[in-house]
Amino acid sequence: MTLLAVQDLRVAFPGPGSTVTHPVDGVSFTLERGKTLALVGESGCGKSLTSLALLRLVPEPGRIAGGSIRLDGEELTSLTERDMRAIRGGRIGMVFQDPMTSLNPVLRAGDQIAEAVRAHKAVSRAAARDRALALLTEVGIPDPARRLDEYPHQLSGGMRQRVMIAIALAAEPAILIADEPTTALDVTVQAQILELLERLQAERQMAILLISHDLGVVAGRADHVSVMYAGQVIESAPTEQLFAAPAHPYTQGLFASVPSMTGPRGRLTPIRGNVPSPGAWPTGCRFAPRCPERFERCDAMPPLFPVSPEHASRCWLSELP
Amino acid sequence: MSPPLLEVRDLVKHYHARGFFRPAAPPVRAVDGVSFAVQKGETLGLVGESGCGKTSVGRTVIRLQEPTSGSALLDGVNLFTLGPEALRAMRRRIQMIFQDPYGSLNPRMRVGDAISEGMEIHGLGTAPERKARVTALLEEVGLDPAYARRFPHEFSGGQRQRIGIARALAVEPEIIICDEPVSALDVSVQAQVLNLLADLQRKRGLAFLFIAHDLAVVRQVAHAVAVMYLGRIVETGPVDEVLSNPRHPYTIALRSAVPEPRPEQQPGRIVLAGDPPSPANPPSGCPFHTRCFHRLRDARCRTERPELRQVGGVRVACHYAEMKP
Repeated sequence: MTLLAVQDLRVAFPGPGSTVTHPVDGVSFTLERGKTLALVGESGCGKSLTSLALLRLVPEPGRIAGGSIRLDGEELTSLTERDMRAIRGGRIGMVFQDPMTSLNPVLRAGDQIAEAVRAHKAVSRAAARDRALALLTEVGIPDPARRLDEYPHQLSGGMRQRVMIAIALAAEPAILIADEPTTALDVTVQAQILELLERLQAERQMAILLISHDLGVVAGRADHVSVMYAGQVIESAPTEQLFAAPAHPYTQGLFASVPSMTGPRGRLTPIRGNVPSPGAWPTGCRFAPRCPERFERCDAMPPLFPVSPEHASRCWLSELP
Repeated sequence: MSPPLLEVRDLVKHYHARGFFRPAAPPVRAVDGVSFAVQKGETLGLVGESGCGKTSVGRTVIRLQEPTSGSALLDGVNLFTLGPEALRAMRRRIQMIFQDPYGSLNPRMRVGDAISEGMEIHGLGTAPERKARVTALLEEVGLDPAYARRFPHEFSGGQRQRIGIARALAVEPEIIICDEPVSALDVSVQAQVLNLLADLQRKRGLAFLFIAHDLAVVRQVAHAVAVMYLGRIVETGPVDEVLSNPRHPYTIALRSAVPEPRPEQQPGRIVLAGDPPSPANPPSGCPFHTRCFHRLRDARCRTERPELRQVGGVRVACHYAEMKP
């Protein structure tokens, strides 16, 4: 069942002079109940800004310039700020990359979780505190009763991220947006957090929007992957299909760039050039200047072509004859 | 085999937290007896998670920080006993590049000046010769020589790392200590920089001490690897041996935690319990015993610290390295 449907979302920022750039430029996807959708891409591709736009948290002077975001059929782009506040941290929970900057350094962990509980539910302080303890236990923090009274700086990076997850869960959200939730963590701690998210998703039938630059993190965890480049979704497919047969030259290039623990060692095959910044995007296919397969048609912007029923690629080579 | 280019013996680096009002706390044992060798023209990957002491190893070897004890022999000369003059001369032969090239480049200095600074300090060449050399170096690292007149903020992360590499190469060192050189870069750019380092090694016979947390990156560039945990090396050997057939339970867990972009290749994931203990208060016995999952783990692990010993083609610090965990 579709929980969240994003259609043709655009985010505008004023550029130099009176120009306008669109770092998110016509992004569409759907998120199903109990499933994980991954938005993958390199820095500047628009994946984080997309997640902020879903919550209507686009930083000034940016704004949502078009498109629709429907949560359970309800249009979020036209909601009042007051109604939107009930959705943030309510039906949509959020976990960000750096728990140290997202947590309040002068509040105890337990108080921050209790605050999130009381923001969305009229309960007594004592009941909120009990709930905070239950949440800390649920996210697997050892000795939760003691951690309740500790400050963020007393916790390790992994424990801080668990506290962030407990806060995100406080209002029992239907959707969890996890923006690079493990990027700041060591690999062995990353494995713990990813396992925790998997368990919570299974127990609560939560939908997860996982935003990551790491194809390895996405593999085997997401049900569906949308790859972003220069503000657009350039390929979208069920995870196994994308990893087995990437259709877009950018996705193929990403796979060839990633060092692997198996397979031959030696030279990698990088994508040439650099990720262009918004405002420096070509008018045709945005990947064309770096693409090894470029031909005449690439001077025009390709649409998303279906490769198979659930697999689409924004490349003229994917156009069926 | 010829003697190693760089040989580090029993390196110890302790940090002392001192405070006027605070009683003397136990020292943080960041590096607690580490020995390794880097061969000429080869790369040793030093891997481990944050707090394992790998960065302190790199910084003490080049004496950005003073070691507590131990020795570091570069071509037989102990870097730790050199006076300031001799140390400066030695730094011509051993250079360093950092994770964040922006933090290590002077923002007010033009790129060309930053690259030729080292040559000036070491009195290499005349001014016109240095200028020609900057042009050649920029070309060698894949940048437009015209960039010499620009400032660091005008460049992307990948370009800045290339500038940092050109700067290190300027004095023609024999070994470069690379501290997380690609971890701040996007994967497509990371691959470019890794290939550049490999090309430079082949062309110039450079050696690298490559410090990184990413096992897959280390596998790509290193000939040998040393895995650190809580200030000590727990396993070391040829990269293929250590990473395809890890024997120390920590290496096994670290290996299994690397997210694999080819899902069918992902080995059974071992999720370690808890966080690494604090290096200010390391566990008794084997430093890993508090998180170890080896089926033979016993009282000996809690009391007797295992030393590195030869097991097959590698050296492992585990009492039960011969037995499958």
